[in-house]
Amino acid sequence: MIPPEDDALSQEPQEPHGERWLDDQAGPMVRPYVMTSGRLEPTRGDFDLITLVVAIGPEPEGEIGLGPEHLAIMRLCQQVMSVAELTGHLDLPVATVRVLLGDLLDKGLITMQEPQPEADMHDIRLYKAVIDGLRAL
Amino acid sequence: MVSEPSRRALDGRRLPTAVKIVIAGGFGVGKTTMVGTVSETQPLRTEELLTDQSVGVDDVSGVERKATTTVAMDFGRITMRDEYVLYLFGTPGQERFWFMWDEVAYGALGAVVLADTRRLKDCFPSVDYFERRGTPFVVAVNCFEGARQYDLEEIEMALNLGPDVPVMLCDARKLDSCKRVLINLVLHAMKVRGVGEPAALTAEAHQA
Ligand SMILES: Nc1nc2c(ncn2[C@@H]2O[C@H](COP(=O)(O)OP(=O)(O)OP(=O)(O)O)[C@@H](O)[C@H]2O)c(=O)[nH]1
Ligand SMILES: [Mg+2]
Repeated sequence: MIPPEDDALSQEPQEPHGERWLDDQAGPMVRPYVMTSGRLEPTRGDFDLITLVVAIGPEPEGEIGLGPEHLAIMRLCQQVMSVAELTGHLDLPVATVRVLLGDLLDKGLITMQEPQPEADMHDIRLYKAVIDGLRAL
Repeated sequence: MVSEPSRRALDGRRLPTAVKIVIAGGFGVGKTTMVGTVSETQPLRTEELLTDQSVGVDDVSGVERKATTTVAMDFGRITMRDEYVLYLFGTPGQERFWFMWDEVAYGALGAVVLADTRRLKDCFPSVDYFERRGTPFVVAVNCFEGARQYDLEEIEMALNLGPDVPVMLCDARKLDSCKRVLINLVLHAMKVRGVGEPAALTAEAHQA
């Protein structure tokens, strides 16, 4: 199967960008690996599926080295979002989102909260909060 | 739109911590239904891109270029007070994607294994997986129409579970039923991990 292209993203304003692929007929074709300049691993951070991410400031304008996908993440992250939610909203593979998040972390544009490591799931407050939250549904 | 915890985070305070529960079980057993029933929004979908490495060489024999395929997981979110956000993840149906299971099971508070009495053995791989991994889990038996009604003891015997694994009936379409399953899972996880005194909380869970 061929990696899916993203409709929402290809409707973004198209600025000339070295990391994008232009195709005469189809318009810009943005493949996951192209979006990340072929990178498979983020420069920083593990980005678990439930790592929570939030933008530090508003969506930056004219920041060098940011593609439309980076900006889309900044927009979504005006609210606290998990990595999984970002991939769902952007309809991009997890690996791609991780690379893009690494870039934003490098630039100091996002902050994040890693989940509790498995080894220290012994905090009773966590369990109580989850039980209360479920009861309240 | 902006929920409580996110507001706090934007004020530069601290971000909430996310926890997750995995919903597993065989094909078509109601995993996505359960995620949807308890989540605050429609289930979302996350996709992993598989390369030939992750799938295994045998799958790409004769394929010239790098083979890629995607495997999807459904998930939903429940925002909780006290700085926690709960995510529910439905495992991918295809069991050969074990590496995805590893990713989703890592750090999970616990797992619900859904079972359908018409094809009970479909849940065996999930049960085996969480047993081996040491993830606390409960078995929730979905009551599909047309299925013979078994009693729980019969099912427990057939599943050959450890004596402490809770088994309960459920209807993944009903909120109250899903809540009960999930609360019992959290209590079970506390017991397995030796956290606190779940006894006091248990009584209420049974009527939840
Ligand atoms: N009677 C009954 N039907 C259910 C229940 N849970 C799910 N269903 C139905 O079973 C069908 C399959 O449910 P899904 O939630 O899609 O199952 P799934 O496990 O996500 O399926 P896959 O992802 O394809 O493996 C749907 O038509 C549901 O409406 C239940 O508790 N009782
Ligand atoms: Mg499903």
